[in-house]
Amino acid sequence: MANENYSAGNNGNWSPRIVAFFCNWCTYTAADLAGVSRMKYAPNIRVIRLMCSGRVDPQFVLEALARGADGVLIGGCHPGDCHYSEGNYKCLRRFRMLKRVLADMGIEDKRVRLEWISAAEGEKVKRVVNEMVNEIQELGPLGIPKKFEEWDKEIEHLKQHIESQEFKQEEVKK
Amino acid sequence: MAKPKIAIYWCASCGGCEEAVVDLAEDILGVVEKVDIVLWPVAMDFKRKDVEAMPDKSIVATLLNGAIRTSEQEEMAHLLRQKSVYMIAYGACSHLGGIPSLANQFSKEHILKFVYEDGPTDVNPEKVRPMPHSKVNGHELELPEFRNVVRSLDQVVDVDYYIPGCPPTPEITKTAIAALLEGKLPPKGSVLAPDVALCDECPRKETKPPEFSFKEFFRPHQKPIDPDLCLLAQGFVCMGPATRAGCGALCPKGSMPCTGCFGPTSRVKDQGAKMLSSICANVEPKTEEEIDKVLQGIPDPVGTFYRYGLARSILRRRIDLPINGGKK
Repeated sequence: MANENYSAGNNGNWSPRIVAFFCNWCTYTAADLAGVSRMKYAPNIRVIRLMCSGRVDPQFVLEALARGADGVLIGGCHPGDCHYSEGNYKCLRRFRMLKRVLADMGIEDKRVRLEWISAAEGEKVKRVVNEMVNEIQELGPLGIPKKFEEWDKEIEHLKQHIESQEFKQEEVKK
Repeated sequence: MAKPKIAIYWCASCGGCEEAVVDLAEDILGVVEKVDIVLWPVAMDFKRKDVEAMPDKSIVATLLNGAIRTSEQEEMAHLLRQKSVYMIAYGACSHLGGIPSLANQFSKEHILKFVYEDGPTDVNPEKVRPMPHSKVNGHELELPEFRNVVRSLDQVVDVDYYIPGCPPTPEITKTAIAALLEGKLPPKGSVLAPDVALCDECPRKETKPPEFSFKEFFRPHQKPIDPDLCLLAQGFVCMGPATRAGCGALCPKGSMPCTGCFGPTSRVKDQGAKMLSSICANVEPKTEEEIDKVLQGIPDPVGTFYRYGLARSILRRRIDLPINGGKK
């Protein structure tokens, strides 16, 4: 992500930035279908194509949020339709626990969403993305990179103090 | 030729890492023969001013244990960094934040209020709290500042090597010190322990099934533990698959599930997320309600998956906590 502070920036022209992990066999194709069908939906998602929703490591979701995403959308095949038979179930099970961890870490429920969208459901891509953008618009920026900066101000102060002391000592030596 | 100088210092820690050094038993004599210990507050009478008087980089290595929570710990970390050639994070707290960093789920105000006012054994009608500056009988008193965030050592100063564990085992410590004295060190930033998962050296490995299908999770007090069978196969949350080897599988050998103190291998960034991924993907049910029911067997996911590493995890801290004050 080129500008990590983008979504934590000034609120005036802020709009949500959502990282979307889409399964190659269904949701990615559905997003493609939505495009080919010239459906219009909010331009706030950045799609990453994976071979299966079962490939979504919870680390990916945390990393996206920590690097400045305001939300994460995961799209996989409907139950029973996984190209690799079990991947979407694995994704769902991880997701149920990940949601609990995210809640414990203070991240609002609506920022991370899992949807089953088949290759034929271009309309559903449009609806889900629009809904999610509206919901996150209401929640406002997540801005984790900015938080890291704010948290670490308390240690920056000491570092600067030490550097200034060292500078003074050098002055005295001279 | 003068002996190389070593410093041992502690920050936000329980003292277990100090015990671990003493646990070297007779071998500690071999270490003392080869090095001069120039600072070790627990065992020897050297002061901060002694360190301050030393030239920069005159200590070969500082083994610093404990997380960084107060301004004083931060200052000592900076001072020792300046005086040492190698800064070594010793033990889980220094390496990853450790148990103290579980406090990153709560605000400073929440913690101070509980400790000084609401705790069941508190008697403090005037609600006195430690103040960084105060005057008593005309004397100025200073106390270190309590920071908002618990940090691992490398979040405060540059760290050269990590010795993992809660506490590091004598074997791991001995090997690391030997490597240091012989100058046979791996690339900077390495964790001085094998880079494979704990399961690899676990005596129960043979009984680990090729695939798991969890119907229920248990905590160690909830049912008798089979002494030979893989702990995951018995439904206990054993952190082995997401934890670095090197301890010799001490806990599983003693019929306790691994709790993850050696941290992740080099290929994993967030130990908790990786363990969550591994264990949750393999619960048996396929519907939300049924899945949730099984996962209820893990009542405190942050405390379980991030027991030793919240400070060093991707999110570091509960993100909606205020800086200074606030109620959460």
